[in-house]
Amino acid sequence: MSKPATLLELSCVGKQFGGLSALKDVSLHIKRGEIYGLIGPNGAGKTTLFNIITGLYQLSSGEFNFNGDSYQTTKSHLLAQAGIARTFQNIRLFSHLTALENVMIGRHAKTHAGVFGALLRNKTTRSEELDSTNRARDLLRYVGISKPSQTLAKNLSYGEQRRLEIARALATEPLLLALDEPAAGMNATETESLKALLQNIRATGITVMLIEHDVKLIMGLCDRVAVLDYGKKIAEGVPDEVRQNPAVIAAYLGAEDE
Amino acid sequence: MKKNLPLCSPISPRAREIICIILFVAVLPFLTDALLGRGWVRIVDFAMLYIMLALGLNIVVGYAGLLDLGYIAFYAVGAYCYALTSSPHLALAYPLLFPDGLHLSFLIVLPLAALLAGGFGILLGAPTLRLRGDYLAIVTLGFGEIVRIFMNNLNAPVNLTNGPQGISMIDPVRIAGVSLNTTQQVFGFSLPSVHLYFYLFAGFTAVVVFVSHRLEKSRIGRAWMAIREDEVAASAMGINTRNLKLLAFAMGAMFGGVSGTLFAGFQGFVSPESFSLMESIMVLCMVVLGGMGNIYGVILGGMTLALLPEVLRHSIVPLQQAMFGRTLIDPESLRMLLFGTALIGVMLFRPAGLWPSRVRRRELATDEAEQ
Repeated sequence: MSKPATLLELSCVGKQFGGLSALKDVSLHIKRGEIYGLIGPNGAGKTTLFNIITGLYQLSSGEFNFNGDSYQTTKSHLLAQAGIARTFQNIRLFSHLTALENVMIGRHAKTHAGVFGALLRNKTTRSEELDSTNRARDLLRYVGISKPSQTLAKNLSYGEQRRLEIARALATEPLLLALDEPAAGMNATETESLKALLQNIRATGITVMLIEHDVKLIMGLCDRVAVLDYGKKIAEGVPDEVRQNPAVIAAYLGAEDE
Repeated sequence: MKKNLPLCSPISPRAREIICIILFVAVLPFLTDALLGRGWVRIVDFAMLYIMLALGLNIVVGYAGLLDLGYIAFYAVGAYCYALTSSPHLALAYPLLFPDGLHLSFLIVLPLAALLAGGFGILLGAPTLRLRGDYLAIVTLGFGEIVRIFMNNLNAPVNLTNGPQGISMIDPVRIAGVSLNTTQQVFGFSLPSVHLYFYLFAGFTAVVVFVSHRLEKSRIGRAWMAIREDEVAASAMGINTRNLKLLAFAMGAMFGGVSGTLFAGFQGFVSPESFSLMESIMVLCMVVLGGMGNIYGVILGGMTLALLPEVLRHSIVPLQQAMFGRTLIDPESLRMLLFGTALIGVMLFRPAGLWPSRVRRRELATDEAEQ
């Protein structure tokens, strides 16, 4: 392994929206191959951190390194091409396209056909297209979507839409899969199968990072967990350690002396 | 296996389809001429220019989801490009440089005009990258008007466009020494000018359809649709939304430019009047009414909206004569009334367009099932 063991590293990252600072001096690192959880009460800055990692927001201060490269100011599509794929808290599928097309769009950065390729539809383009279609079908099966691949994304069930988002993200062949509340709104059975899916994904060598409210899922799945509160990291460590941390208990339940 | 198929059966169903279409197109001008008169062939010619425009706009609006209300500007760029380079007009402005004006060949001007219009597409696209929906519509509307007003006023200090009088005496389209404004004899058939232009336009329409079709079912087309559906999610998938939006603007504009060039050669005269906001809206109506995102729908929409006003024009007076014995209402005002009513009717009863794209159709079907 010539690449560093740390896949993603944030040091002293801050983010201001006008006068409001959503994140203050947050430092964390994610190792290759682990499942990393990010928890915290509502408004703690989890999604802000997520949006910085995926290039939706630019950080106001601090440093952001991914896979050995620094990303101070960047764009979403560049980070996606570098290997960070994400899902969204409120599902953002291409809802009027088919499930298959959704996943094929995830292949965009890994394919190359341009206008001339499209017009001439030469051998390279055709084999690329065939490969995209096959991979997309495989991914749909992999995440467990049984409906026909020609079903419109908006007509899939809620749980399947969540899975389709994961399939679409996997199509970009990411190094880091970042999931924003993947279990939100799922019932116990669905959450259980999501857990199995994420473990499978990790087993293929993809690093997973997730924000989640379902503490049981986080504790049962993650190798390490960080806790954010009011834009600051108040704890980090293996789940059992974090669970015992007084600061975490205080943040979730309120401190005794307050 | 698939490759061997054409060898097994001499004519595949697809080839048969294409042959049928070619035969139909070949006899269409003669049929129209015989049944309705030569004036109608000319009307059909214009309808095909509109179809090309609508297909170009379909790339921008239907695929990439960028609402463009100034699309006719690219048509104007193409038309003026040909008008300037293939007419005696430049002799007026620069008698020393061009004593007879410039008379470039159509085949040289056409790619130039397409590229120039594409450049204008990028010019419009670049400052509007962050805009969407209604905001984008307003900026593009402004762009369309700016281009028209430029054409209207660029007769001083340097007379480039001859202002509101327009440029006349534009050379007819001439390909391989055959001038399309004269009657030609081919295999014993006498082909008048409008028929020749019909075949020319049909050829170009076929190319435009082919290009649209190939783009739609490609990586580029999917990326455009992803941007249309959700731009943030699209860029999170690694799609460079800036470049792809510019590409959509440029491709759409090129189709407009080609259509404009053909228009200038066919009409022999261009003036800013032909490129008003109303024309932009008309082309947008063709796209929306026909079925946004579906090539065949857009063709149908273009054909319907280009022909309907003419049909109404020719049928209103005889209809009133037959019903009341005299003409009660001025045909011109009644025509627009009926036209507007038809538009409203289509949008009420076929909200996804006359011939919606497969996705839109399915979507509406499931919406109804859910209700």
